[in-house]
This record gives sequence, structure tokens and C-alpha cells, in this order.
Amino acid sequence: MNKVEYSEIFEKSNQSNEGIFIPFIVAGDPDYDTSLEIAKLLVDNGADALEIGFPFSDPVADGASVQNADIRAFNGGMTIKKCFKFLKELREYTDKPIGLLLYYNLVYKFGIDKFYEKLKNIGVNAVLIADLPPEEADDVMIAATNHNLEQIFIVSQATNNERLKEITKKVGGFIYIASVMGTTGARAEVELNTTELIKRIKEHTTIPTCVGFGISKPEHVKKVLSAGADGAIVGSALINIIADNLDNQDEMFSKIEEYVKIMKKSTRG
Amino acid sequence: MKRDNMKHNGKFGKYGGIFVPELLIPAIEELEEAFYKFKDDDKFIEELNFYLKEFGGRPTGLYYAENLSKKLGCKIYLKREDMLHTGAHKINNAIGQGLLAKYMGKTQLIAETGAGQHGIATAVIGAKLGMDVKVFMGSTDVERQKLNVFRMELSGAEVIPVDMGSKTLKDSINEAFRYWISNLDTTHYLIGTTMGPHPYPTMVKYFQSVIGKEARKQILELEGCLPDTVIACVGGGSNAMGIFSGFVDDEDVDLIGVEAGGEGTETLEHGATITKGTEGILHGSLSIILQTEEGQIRETSSVSAGLDYPGVGPEHAYLHSINRAKYVPINNNEALEALKLLCETEGIIPALESSHAIAYAVKYAKKEENKGKTIIVNLSGRGDKDMFTVAKELGVEI
Repeated sequence: MNKVEYSEIFEKSNQSNEGIFIPFIVAGDPDYDTSLEIAKLLVDNGADALEIGFPFSDPVADGASVQNADIRAFNGGMTIKKCFKFLKELREYTDKPIGLLLYYNLVYKFGIDKFYEKLKNIGVNAVLIADLPPEEADDVMIAATNHNLEQIFIVSQATNNERLKEITKKVGGFIYIASVMGTTGARAEVELNTTELIKRIKEHTTIPTCVGFGISKPEHVKKVLSAGADGAIVGSALINIIADNLDNQDEMFSKIEEYVKIMKKSTRG
Repeated sequence: MKRDNMKHNGKFGKYGGIFVPELLIPAIEELEEAFYKFKDDDKFIEELNFYLKEFGGRPTGLYYAENLSKKLGCKIYLKREDMLHTGAHKINNAIGQGLLAKYMGKTQLIAETGAGQHGIATAVIGAKLGMDVKVFMGSTDVERQKLNVFRMELSGAEVIPVDMGSKTLKDSINEAFRYWISNLDTTHYLIGTTMGPHPYPTMVKYFQSVIGKEARKQILELEGCLPDTVIACVGGGSNAMGIFSGFVDDEDVDLIGVEAGGEGTETLEHGATITKGTEGILHGSLSIILQTEEGQIRETSSVSAGLDYPGVGPEHAYLHSINRAKYVPINNNEALEALKLLCETEGIIPALESSHAIAYAVKYAKKEENKGKTIIVNLSGRGDKDMFTVAKELGVEI
């Protein structure tokens, strides 16, 4: 299937005055088939784009929810080869933007250029490498440019304006704002500083921004959107639904459906 | 993108670098700045030297192992890091980084530990400097090393069992990074070896280079010339980098790092990273790692917990790539034999880690072309901590 670009969905959402909702899951959590079904559910129930993680043995930027998702995926027999197959099947199902979130060693070991070429052929839109700061990203940027993929980078409260400027020069798709100083994981509240961070970024660039890390409730989404963000990314809260309903797939699917609908709704003013 | 805020990019050839989440970058910059500032600060240097001497027990001797030498037909010197406070070279780095953290205004130290040696070194310097200490330790290791857990807790450290992944050293490092990301203002992550993102490999080498400086001076006093060969065990590589640094510019001195051959490098049960590994990124730097075809990090195995790690410091990968140092595996049985040999010939009980270096020295000395050579072995730690393991391996009940 053809792919829609991030720029198109941001443009559309701007016109309709709503925010973008991007759910994140780990490919293969808890197993290949279930995971693909979940991804399709997300697409059908309001996801504007998808963020897909490749399981990694040592995910230092992730909290317990994603770590456990990785472990479930491995136990379910997930491999990188199957991750590519997963993306391919997902692309056949939807034209919505698909972004990848993973750790650098998986890309490096595969071969940077080969990896990006593969993603291009599958029709993936973007890549975010959790442990690759822009200073180390020269090789990756070349591959991304060559194969027409967007490279996404994270900005946090601790990122100063000087770095922010450099990051905006490299970033494609959108700026991923980490709403907390910590690892991924659902949190009770969105930190106050996040609002200031969104505003600070908006002063520097017109590149769209999506907020992730700790976003789990409709009010979180409303808060970051009203502060000026263009979208919200939700991973751990969704993954927790998977984890809590492993022995009842129907329940798992219906809860995910309900959750995604509520979260998407919260992006509409 | 240029790294305007930093003095160095932390590269050793192509190895090293800073491969961490964006959230950690400001902390890395802050640490680098503090390290380069205080390492040349008179007050810091004075205090560091005071603690190394009065608290750590430096300098350590360079001991001529006469009985062993006669047996092997070589001159074997042992750098006695086993004589230090807490029983290993780990204290050199813990003192250095502990002080640095204090100068930076941090109130808490966190550390990873496998066997517990680095955890204990961090716990005692934390106690001495009045800083909170949290030690992350895989739950498997917590169980295996109960005595060391108790020692850390006696010194006021909180030991946090890590239940994720393989529940060993690499997972405790992951967890320490995660905790650090969430507590950057108050906390310094006191990494115990020459791995991790820049500036850690450079900084840990700096604090361990005292081993090499002393050894070089001592051998010149004792022998009137440099040694032919320097041998040290390599897990992450801090004791080896410490002693190598004293001789790396002396091109005629052969440097040999000894890795954990475990059950044999033909199996998957080993920690011989440079011998069997491939290039990859783990825990913040590009180096050689043990990984699967798909780039997942492998679990390792060694009788010696301190060498049981799937990575190695990036500078070792570099020294290997330019053929300045050689890296060889020694398996569990050979290390155990060497431990017994040193006990019997010299009355010194080496740590299982250091026993790998002794074992290779024995192998090396037995080769005809090496007869009569002068060899320094870094005896990085004492074996007290390993007595239960050794007894079990030897089939003795204690």
C-alpha cells in the first residue's frame, strides 16, 4: 500500500483543528499474530500513525512496561526478521505513517544502509533510535537521506536551545518530546515543565511536535495539545492493557479498542 | 553535528563515543566538564592522593614471585592491587569518582555490580564521604554473593536487586542508567570499569592509571629496565587499562589482556569478548561485544563474576585493532589451577579474575621463546570473596 507522509497528517489535523494520536506497541508482543491484530485494531479505531518498537535485549531508555513487552515478544519467538515481516504486513493493511523505535545495535549489526534500504522497500516512514544522539548520527543521516526516510530525534527539558537548534536541522517527521526526565512508562500527571518545553520548542521551529513518555490519559493529551504540541504518543499505558489481559484475548482487544477511541477523541478539542 | 560543549568526542579510533538517550546528554556534558576541571585542580589532586594513600592503601608493592619464577624459568612480578582496601583495584576508581561527585555537588552515588567488588568499593567511599549509595545488582548475583551484599549494607548502601533480563551484571548496568536518567540532579553514576559513554572510559582509565605509573617506576627501580610483558585480566577492562597505561608508549613492552574463556570459547559459555565478539553498541559506546546474528546482546558465563560481561572497554577494542595489545582467553579450569598454584608457591590467594592473568602468565612462560623474560602480572584482587565458589568447584564442602 502507498504510504501517507507525516507532513500530510499534520497538515490535515491542523486544518481540522485536532491533534495527532500515535500509539506505540512492540512488534511481537505478546506474539506475532496477536501483535499484528492489535496493530490493526489501533489503525481501525483512531490511530493517526503508528510507532512500532523492535524488541531489544537491553532497552536502557525504557521502563518496566516496555521491557516486559520486549521479553514477551522474545518468548513469543520474535526475531528481527519477523519484525520486518510484521511491518510489511502492517503496510499492506494501512497507508498511515509508520515510525520505528529501536536501539542502535540492531541497526548497526544489520548494516546501517541495508537496514534503511529494507525499511524503504517496506514503506516505513521514519526511524527513531533511542540511544543515538544527533552527534553520533552522521552515518544514519546519510542512510536516511539516501533511502528517503525521516529520522526522528528526542528533545527533553534538559536539551538546551543550542542543541535544540542542531536537532531541528536534522530531525524529520516530527520532534519527539520526552515529557519527563526518566524512562518510558505511564505516569499519573504530566509534568508542568512539559508545557514550558513545548512552548520553548515552538519558539524555535515550525516542525511538528509530538509528546511521549508518561502520556496515558485523555487529560494528558488535552494538556499537551493545548500547550501547542501537535500530537501525543502513548506506549506504556497501551502495553499495560496487553500485559493485564494476556489470558483473555477478547477482553484485551475490546479494552484496547475502547482505550484508543477515548484517546483519539481527546485530540479533538 | 559538532560537539561544541565538550572537550573530546571520546573516540579511540572508531571505538567509543556517546551512545545514550538524549535525556542523558546534559549529564554527560556536566560530568566531562567536571572531570577535566578537577583532575588538574590542586586541591582535588591533594585530596585524591590523600585518600588513595590513607584510605585505599597505596602505593601497592611490585612483588617478585621468586618461587613461581624459578618454577617457570621467567622473572614474574606481581602488582599487588590485592593488598588494597576492600580487596581489589576497584577502590582506586571509586575514590576518584566519589570525590569528583562530591566536588560536583552530588549527594548520591549509584553503582552497578556483578560479584560485588565495585559495589563494596562504592559503598565504603560513600560512607567515608557522607554520600548516599545505591547499588544495582542482578537478583541472580544477589543470591550468589550474599556475603558481599551484607558487606555493602553494613557500609550503609542500599542494594537493589534487578529482576530483569538475565538478572546479572549487564542488567544491573541497564537499571543503573535508568535510575540515573530519573535522578540526574542529585546523583552520580559511578561506573566501575572502562566502558560506558565518554567520558567514562577515559575517566576510569585516568583513576586506574596509578597502577601503571607505580608499576613502571617500581620495575625500573628493581630491574633497571622495562619488563618484556605486562599481563592483566579483562572483563570491562579497568585493571588492565590501568596497568597498560603505564607501558602503552613503550613499544617494546608486550601487553596481553586475558579474557574469560569460561567453559571454552568453542562453546557459548564464556565471556571472551574480544576473542569471539563483533563490533556493536552496548551501554553507551561502540566496542566489541558478544551478540547474536541479529544484534541482541548475549548472556555470558565465567567462574569469575568480574569477567562475566558481554562487552569490553572501547580503548581495549582500539588497542586490539592496532595490534598494540593482544587478547587471549583462559578457561575456568585453567584459572582455578592457577589460583591453586599461586597459593601453593607464593602463599597468595588471588581473585578468580586475577587468576586468569596468572594462568596465562604460566602458559606464556612455558613457551620456549619466552624463557627468561621479565613479566608483570597485575594481581588485581584477592581471592577471599571467591572461597565459596572455589571450594564448590573443587568439590570441597566448607
